[in-house]
Amino acid sequence: MPEQMLFATEAALNGLMAGVMYSLVALGFVLIFKASGIFNYAQGVMALFAALTLVGIQTGQIPFSHLINAIFGTDLHHFGWELPAIVAIVLTGLVMILLAVLIERIVLKHLINQEPIILFMATIGLAYFLEGFGDLMWGSDIKKLDVGLPQGINETIDRVTYDAFGYGFFIDNLDIVATVVAGLLVLTLSLFSQYTKYGRALRAVADDHQAALSVGISLRFIWILVWSIAGIVALVAGIMWGAKSGVQFSLSLIALKALPVLMLGGFTSIPGAIVGGLIIGMGEKLFEFFVGPMIGGATENWFAYVLALVFLVFRPQGLFGERIIERV
Amino acid sequence: MFYREAGDFKTSYVEDSQTFPLRLDRRAYYVLLAVAFGVVPLFINDYWANAVFVPFLIYAIAALGLNILTGYCGQVSLGTGGFMAVGAYSVYKLMTAFPDVSIVIHILLAGLITAGVGLLFGLPSLRIKGFYLAVATLAAQFFLVWLFNKVPWFYNYSASGQISAPERTVLGHAVTGPNTTAAAKYLICLTLLFALAWLARNLTRGAFGRKWMAIRDMDIAAEIIGVNPLTAKLSAFAVSSFYIGVAGALLFSVYLGAAEVGEAFGIQKSFLVLFMVIIGGLGSIFGSFAGAAFMVLLPVLLKNVLVGQLGWATDLAAHIELMIVGGLIVTFLIVEPHGLAQLWRLTKEKLRLWPFPH
Repeated sequence: MPEQMLFATEAALNGLMAGVMYSLVALGFVLIFKASGIFNYAQGVMALFAALTLVGIQTGQIPFSHLINAIFGTDLHHFGWELPAIVAIVLTGLVMILLAVLIERIVLKHLINQEPIILFMATIGLAYFLEGFGDLMWGSDIKKLDVGLPQGINETIDRVTYDAFGYGFFIDNLDIVATVVAGLLVLTLSLFSQYTKYGRALRAVADDHQAALSVGISLRFIWILVWSIAGIVALVAGIMWGAKSGVQFSLSLIALKALPVLMLGGFTSIPGAIVGGLIIGMGEKLFEFFVGPMIGGATENWFAYVLALVFLVFRPQGLFGERIIERV
Repeated sequence: MFYREAGDFKTSYVEDSQTFPLRLDRRAYYVLLAVAFGVVPLFINDYWANAVFVPFLIYAIAALGLNILTGYCGQVSLGTGGFMAVGAYSVYKLMTAFPDVSIVIHILLAGLITAGVGLLFGLPSLRIKGFYLAVATLAAQFFLVWLFNKVPWFYNYSASGQISAPERTVLGHAVTGPNTTAAAKYLICLTLLFALAWLARNLTRGAFGRKWMAIRDMDIAAEIIGVNPLTAKLSAFAVSSFYIGVAGALLFSVYLGAAEVGEAFGIQKSFLVLFMVIIGGLGSIFGSFAGAAFMVLLPVLLKNVLVGQLGWATDLAAHIELMIVGGLIVTFLIVEPHGLAQLWRLTKEKLRLWPFPH
């Protein structure tokens, strides 16, 4: 194979892996959108909040220590313990479930029957609130997240491809783990929604709110459930992204990366989120590789949006979305 | 007792359809204008101009623009920051290319250029709606910021990648550059805001405004009764972008003086203006002013109280500010989805009956 092709293949593979990461975030959006028709802008900040909480719990930080210090003039910062990663993850999962309950109680309950765009803007407000809250609770400095995931170049792939083509591919171990985890997550979620009672209730609510209510499904419970699941998905995404690039504010911007994925795949389809993520991930890496150098690089910021925009003009409901029928 | 229409007789259609039908309202409006144009410039100093008045006036223009698009025509846009950048870079290019032409003309031309760009990015609105459109406008935001960052022609090949405004005068007074007095900054922004708000008020009362509102309420029904969605949506995008472009031009040339595109016109700006419109009230001219005032004053107030009075660290105050802004947005959407403008409307209704409500 010519060298250019090899580099392109490597870029494409890395793009696929990055796409999986986008899909992880997009998945959280799709879950909430299907069950409640809410486009949850706060999904990215939830991932940031989950990652912050995980690091905070794991390293034994005292919550709100900055605030307490400022008010009482004390000098608190750590409890002085280190928890094992698995315990910290479980505890963070519980925090995310608590958060879901609170969001339902305080915000969503009062916004039933509002227009979708009002709900969307409410989640923007929620995103701001959570961002401030997370920073206030754990401090805004960049933190290192280490739950024992393998990192760095995968030696085996490097060696095998070197032997085969004379050029070793650079594939990050973390990306491989992320791919496996994303696959498992999708599998679990599909099994859950196909074969369990609550999964079926979830699908019923997604189909028709009123019909679901009339057969005795509690809408409020389903909302709590689905926001909890989205919180857990955010936690997984937060762990993966946090391990990759540190826990900091920019983590919440992955929500912006997931939006074009959703537009491409359709807001209501779980497979759509995965396929959309893969297309966007690969597309932007290849575009950067072939066209980027000609027009100044750093095209990754907007390529996904423009791709999704062009795509939407031809197919407004996305790849796998349900056909939009409008009536007066 | 005093605030009522009793005894305020209208004898012509023109009088009947004026913006402030009550005499008291009308007088209050004229007094406010007189104070804003005549009294404030005499007493304004640099702190008040830079912290409160000039940002308020500029963001009020931007909020008016976004309110036309989102509040009146129902098309949610998250590209405000990008369009403001178009205004800023257009005015910069015009200022440096034609130094002899008046800055006011440059600012208006920058608005027109932004209107053209807005028209272009408004085209997808004919096919896609709601969130899809909101996300599509993000494409404008990211693409425009990238463009101004990467193409050196836009910032005249300056080494820092920044643009900075040279000194320009209006009627002999500097309005841009380091020698500008607080009063000059204030007055040029106020004059433009006054003219644009007057225009917006009358546009939204006329045929255009009615078409926009018909599209907002239900676009298919509007199409059936004969509103052309192509002209209605695109005109909303163009007018809105014109306002936002003027705001961006003023923000860069008069207020900031120098700007770097990612910092000054990033996605945060888009959200800031959107919040102004939500908190102030969607579909209300007064709401744009109220929202802009609220979002400009809140950080100043919080900073003064938390950092100035309590002596907390600035980053702590910034976090609390985020929480308060977010909490307020949610609270407003729950309690009063029509924003401050609706509260004002309700107060006026109550005042009309006060003190005998029955």
